[in-house]
Amino acid sequence: MAEVKKVATRVSYGEALVELGNERDDFVVLDADLAAATQTGKFKAAHPERFYDAGIAESNLMGLAAGIATTGRVAFASTFAMFAAGRAYEQVRNSIGYPHLNVKIGATHAGISVGEDGATHQCCEDIALMRTIPGMTVIVPADDVEARACVRAAYEFEGPVYMRFGRLATPVINDREDYEFKIGRGVVVREGSDVTIVACGLMVAEALAAAEALAADGIDAEVINMHTIKPLDERLVVASVRKTGRVVTAEEHSIIGGLGEAVASVLAEQHPVPMRRVGVRDVYGESGPAVDLLHKYGLDADGIEAAVRSVL
Amino acid sequence: MTNQELAKVANEVRKGVVTAVHAAKSGHPGGSLGAADIMTYLYFAEMDVDPADPHRADRDRFVLSKGHCAPALYAVLAERGFFGKEELETLRHIGSRLQGHPNMNDTPGVDMSTGSLGQGISAAVGMALAAKHWGDSYRVYTLLGDGECEEGQVWEAAMFAGNHALDNLVAVVDHNGLQIDGTIDEVNSAMPLADKFRAFKWHVIELADGNDMEQVAAAFAEAREVSGAPVAIIAETVKGKGVSFMENQVGWHGKAPNDEQFEQAMAELTAAGEEL
Repeated sequence: MAEVKKVATRVSYGEALVELGNERDDFVVLDADLAAATQTGKFKAAHPERFYDAGIAESNLMGLAAGIATTGRVAFASTFAMFAAGRAYEQVRNSIGYPHLNVKIGATHAGISVGEDGATHQCCEDIALMRTIPGMTVIVPADDVEARACVRAAYEFEGPVYMRFGRLATPVINDREDYEFKIGRGVVVREGSDVTIVACGLMVAEALAAAEALAADGIDAEVINMHTIKPLDERLVVASVRKTGRVVTAEEHSIIGGLGEAVASVLAEQHPVPMRRVGVRDVYGESGPAVDLLHKYGLDADGIEAAVRSVL
Repeated sequence: MTNQELAKVANEVRKGVVTAVHAAKSGHPGGSLGAADIMTYLYFAEMDVDPADPHRADRDRFVLSKGHCAPALYAVLAERGFFGKEELETLRHIGSRLQGHPNMNDTPGVDMSTGSLGQGISAAVGMALAAKHWGDSYRVYTLLGDGECEEGQVWEAAMFAGNHALDNLVAVVDHNGLQIDGTIDEVNSAMPLADKFRAFKWHVIELADGNDMEQVAAAFAEAREVSGAPVAIIAETVKGKGVSFMENQVGWHGKAPNDEQFEQAMAELTAAGEEL
């Protein structure tokens, strides 16, 4: 098997900002003393006059971005997901969400794959927090290609956007000619007839691997890359599940309030079917190598495969 | 406008505050009355704004960081002609453009949605930063409560503005010494404010009487001359100013006058207006 190219979506984020900055000067990038980690440091190196560091002050970071956005320009605000969605939740809600300002939140180091830093930094609640904010768009790109596309789409989009990026290098799965990214439009990355797997972020690649393993046993899984959690592509979910009659969701996030619950809400109202949710099961993470943690918490192809078998 | 004329306008703003809060049967008259002179000066003498074009790109900006004093902002915007004064009686009613705390997408002339304390000053700093970044000439003003200065975010914002020498920014602290649970000293004092702002590299102007239009005018004139640092004006004000039974009373922080109290307040303000 050929070597699979792996890139962390935080790296894609930093590089996409640099490219965007080469073309446009009507936006600035803000960070909160994590530029090296969030990769906005790349933008700082390329366009130092357009980078501002708020220091370790995430509440003010979001307020600064909001104030800048009131002037008709775009502000990217970056820090770890824990601090963007967690610590600064209320600033995001009241200073960005309520006035519907054009702030693009680049939240990196989301999920348990933060690894060794442990539970305090492994934010598995950010999707839940952000999707409760009226008018907030929530995007979880699956790979390098999608992360770059989502940065550009977010910049061109009118309104607040929360983008969730990861620390761990993950497989590139969207490197094909006809790849197209549209906010709010899920993508069927594998067609199947027996079960629908709806995944986001690094779990899309895991879902594809699970689907291959299941295929060996004659189980034909459809895999949807649901990169936009909000607004959710309800039609795609319902159409797929009408065909397969079973659904499994997979996310590197709490099973409470994330992709799984978003899909469950849609199906409960429009087309109830047997369902399983793969995600962090209402617990905190812990220190350890990212890949080992993902396996321990069931956030990999094995976990998805087991969930599919249990719902058939 | 002369300072006396401005004082007359401020008196009309106070009537607007009392009218709006009475009609709403809730709201925050105390701080609104105390800040009426400062806000009148801003909108009638200091700031370059255009009621016919409230979104004009190069307008000066005002952020009411102490968003609960929305009645004062609405009353001054109505006086200035951003919308009709009759609309003040819709304050806090369902469907009104005049929300309990300001929302920039609802109300002409409101530059930022505020109400959650500590957040407005950050947005104001962001606006001032944007002006510097893109070479715009507008100035940014924000009004904070002294109680609000207990919020940590105020000092995050102050640190950033000082470090970036945002001399197009003026933050006025409405120092009336009272907050909901009691006096500032009883609750959890953030004093001394002047020293704190100085420590964060701000130019500080101590305004001995923020309800005296001449002193208010002098403070803003001094602020305009400052370069290389943001300006904090620590303004001593009287909460409830202009309505005898509301002055310096904690209880009037967030309570509406009943019909009788409304009549008395309006009579006092009408008499004060005639003396000006």
